[in-house]
Amino acid sequence: MNTADYLTLLSALAPEVIVVLTALLVLAVDLLGLQDTPRSYRMSIAAGLTTLGCAGAVGWMFMNPTVGNWHGGMLVIDPLNETVKAVILLLTVLTAMLSVDCKFTRHIGEYFALLLLATVGMMLLASTEELLMIFASLELVSLSLYILVAFDKSSRQSAEAAMKYFLFGGMSAAFLLFGFSLLYGLTGTTYVPRMAHKLFSLGPDPLATVALVMVVIGFGFKVAAVPFHLWAPDAYQGAPLPSAAFIASGSKVASFYVFAKVLLLGFSQLGWGDSNNAVSGWIPLLSVIAAISMVLGNLAAIRQTSVRRLLAYSAVAHAGYMLVGFLALGGDAFASMLFYVTTYALTTVGAFGVLGVVESQVGGDQLKDFAGLARRAPVLSACLMVFLLSLAGIPPLAGFFGKFYLFAAALTNDASSLPFLWLIVLGIAMSCVSLYYYLQVLKQVFVVEADANARPIAVPFLVHAVVVLLAAAVILLGCVPGWLLDTIHAAVTEQGW
Amino acid sequence: MLAWTIYLSFAGALACLLTPRTNPRATRAMAFSTALAGLVCGLMGAVEFKPENGLEVITNVRWIPALGIDFSLAADGISVTLVLLTGIAALAGVLFSWNIEHRTNEFFAFFFALIGGVYGVFLSLDLFLLFVFYEIAIVPKYFLIAIWGSTRRDYAAMKLALYSFIGSGMVLIGMLAAYAVSGLASFDLQTLAQHSFAPEFQRWAFPLVFVGFAILAGMWPFHTWAPTGHSAAPTAASMLLAGVVMKLGAYGCLRVAMTLFPEGLKMWQHELAALAVTGIVYGALVALVQKDFKFVIGYSSVSHMGFVLLGLVTLNEIGWSGAVLQMFSHGVIAGLLFGVVGRMVYDRAHTRELDALEGMGLARKMPFAAVTFVIAGFASMGMPGFSGFIAELQVLIGAWQAFPRLAIIAGVGIVIGVVYTLKTTAKVFFPDNAIAVESLDDHEHDHPLEPISVQERLGAALLILCTVLIGLHPRLLLDLIVPSFRSPLFDGLRKVAGL
Repeated sequence: MNTADYLTLLSALAPEVIVVLTALLVLAVDLLGLQDTPRSYRMSIAAGLTTLGCAGAVGWMFMNPTVGNWHGGMLVIDPLNETVKAVILLLTVLTAMLSVDCKFTRHIGEYFALLLLATVGMMLLASTEELLMIFASLELVSLSLYILVAFDKSSRQSAEAAMKYFLFGGMSAAFLLFGFSLLYGLTGTTYVPRMAHKLFSLGPDPLATVALVMVVIGFGFKVAAVPFHLWAPDAYQGAPLPSAAFIASGSKVASFYVFAKVLLLGFSQLGWGDSNNAVSGWIPLLSVIAAISMVLGNLAAIRQTSVRRLLAYSAVAHAGYMLVGFLALGGDAFASMLFYVTTYALTTVGAFGVLGVVESQVGGDQLKDFAGLARRAPVLSACLMVFLLSLAGIPPLAGFFGKFYLFAAALTNDASSLPFLWLIVLGIAMSCVSLYYYLQVLKQVFVVEADANARPIAVPFLVHAVVVLLAAAVILLGCVPGWLLDTIHAAVTEQGW
Repeated sequence: MLAWTIYLSFAGALACLLTPRTNPRATRAMAFSTALAGLVCGLMGAVEFKPENGLEVITNVRWIPALGIDFSLAADGISVTLVLLTGIAALAGVLFSWNIEHRTNEFFAFFFALIGGVYGVFLSLDLFLLFVFYEIAIVPKYFLIAIWGSTRRDYAAMKLALYSFIGSGMVLIGMLAAYAVSGLASFDLQTLAQHSFAPEFQRWAFPLVFVGFAILAGMWPFHTWAPTGHSAAPTAASMLLAGVVMKLGAYGCLRVAMTLFPEGLKMWQHELAALAVTGIVYGALVALVQKDFKFVIGYSSVSHMGFVLLGLVTLNEIGWSGAVLQMFSHGVIAGLLFGVVGRMVYDRAHTRELDALEGMGLARKMPFAAVTFVIAGFASMGMPGFSGFIAELQVLIGAWQAFPRLAIIAGVGIVIGVVYTLKTTAKVFFPDNAIAVESLDDHEHDHPLEPISVQERLGAALLILCTVLIGLHPRLLLDLIVPSFRSPLFDGLRKVAGL
């Protein structure tokens, strides 16, 4: 730990500061200067500023690579954190671009400001190893997201979704805080790595197990793992499209990263628990959660006729897969989980992009609204095929390699007894199930013929560009995973995990 | 040269997709040249190939160093044989789908994506790469059947996709476990084959991987995707499914399951042989009672693929070489049979019911189809002079050495094969009451059937030529296949077999 003067701190926090300033700027410009201009103009300006701000933050991070740890882990900056932050910023930009053509609100400045504030929260979440700071930034993210979900004032569904999200979220925050307070009581510290030492020297303690369960519940809600997933389908369905995309992507990345940090670093000694003293570790707990998430998410998705709900349940299932990655322990866990969550987030944003076009042009997100899309919007359909097959885990797409790496990492953890083999078997079996429902969507798109009077769909240029770029990225990351993998690997190695 | 088959097919798929939707002629020309180029590449590769070298590495590039994955392609005589088969099946498939007018460009795009994946599997030396190509083949199959198929196409397409995916899931589990347990941080097949896995591990890993691949090879009782899939698929896709896709499964069994876990094979040899023979007899018996022309051929495929699996598990060289030869032979013959049934008969008569076809006097209206089917039928029954004979004979000799009783039952399966083939031929083309029926029918539907096109004649001639050539001069392929079993890849397997 080292203390620092404000100037150092400011330069270390510069990316976050840039994003906050952008948020304020967007708000000010929209409220003060653009109230009388057409909405498309306002949208473009706001999205453009957001993009510039995020690009500035990323640019700053790459121009001034910093490494440091200030105020007892309150602010930690290392290559891995910076990679995660860059991914989050990229997802924010993509979400902003998808928002441009949406017509759900007149409060454009507020919308983009909230988007950016959520981003700041996620960035802080990624760059801290201190429980209080984790909680505070998590709340910043959550509060912004609650409002973003409720942003469509004309839609009852949107309000209902936000209310559900808020109630569940508030409850889970309470659990998390309770867990944190127990941890503080036990160890006398809120700095995660030091907490791990203390927990180790304490020896097995039932209270630590209670704290562990509380923490897992709290984060389980954020990542939508079963049985804490109930908000997800409603939030995905009711929220305005870009908000849903952001919850499914950026929020996932940040939550998984901090969840992994707390569990893998903080409870590193408490993996398998101690059966002599009736103390359980997090590995059995997480295996069970991962297993039921994969099973329930995939089985529930089969029954969905709304594509948004389908994506929500598939997100639950994917959360299960990612939790399997935790079991690899150490650096492999971080690397495999981050690769998976990054590619998953990019894929999901792409799928939401296509979904948005279908919703606005055809009028709904039901399976039947996708009928004959291949004829009406061939490029978009091809991209949707890439996204869904990647989610199903078909090579050579990014989703396949993500799953492969995740499973390989979890299996190599203890090669002599293969303790997680059952989980891998379950995961692979469930991905066969998932192929079924993804193919149901693709069947509508490619096999079912459109109505005779269906016209080609006019796809907004920006959405088209974003979707095509994302599809290309998904294919490239599948064919040449080395790009992302090596970056993550190098960053993880530098941590010495 | 061989590697170009893969790249050309994928490039061809893209090129076909980009040809204008309104101009099917351009798409066809593109498809034909892609298939031809693939076959020529395969042939040139086969000529250049020196069988005595064993496994020839074609490309080896680091791909994902973090996991020890390489982009490495290699060929031995088995690969070359199957690459040639793929080339022939692809060319014949294009010729037999000349009449596709609906979404032609997409059809050939999916067609060549499938072909590219198949070439890739046959040439991969890295297990990960092999698996990638293996799964690439799943999606095009689904769409080929779901969009251009006939009877119950939705059901058949989904069933095929899920069966394939489940099979490849089993393979994936075995492959990840092998990777983790070996601790070699490599997916290179040769490296893994030289590692001797613990017998307890092989006891469960071998059947997992073998059955995972064998699902696609139509092994009883996991064969049910095959008849439904074959019958629902458009002609070219049936030809590919029976002709090459089922061989993917058998090839995976030989190349991955058997080389990696030879002791596992020894442990499960008898059970697997029993399943293979059950498939032979069951497929033949069920084919005997089918009412749908395509289902007859579909079940006969299950029966003939049983010989491949039987040959593989004999654990002797003659059985193995018979199995590989049978893969080639069945690929060509099944392609021919499906070509006649799906393209020549079904596309003109618009029915595949044997009873309905009986009354049409097809031999008189379509002599070419009748002759082709008779030749294909003889080849399929295993008449000397056709490739099926020498292949099934080798498998039976191998099986006789390993399990004599099962070999006799398999022999019975051949006899049943003769029965259903003759019965079907007689019923469809030469019914007893043909003359009476014709005079009746001539008044009702007098319209002549569309004549057999040049493309169909060419495709049929190509396939007949291949089966006769190999039947008369099997050494053309056997000289390629047999030395392959001496390469280091098969060391472990030969040791277990005591060779």
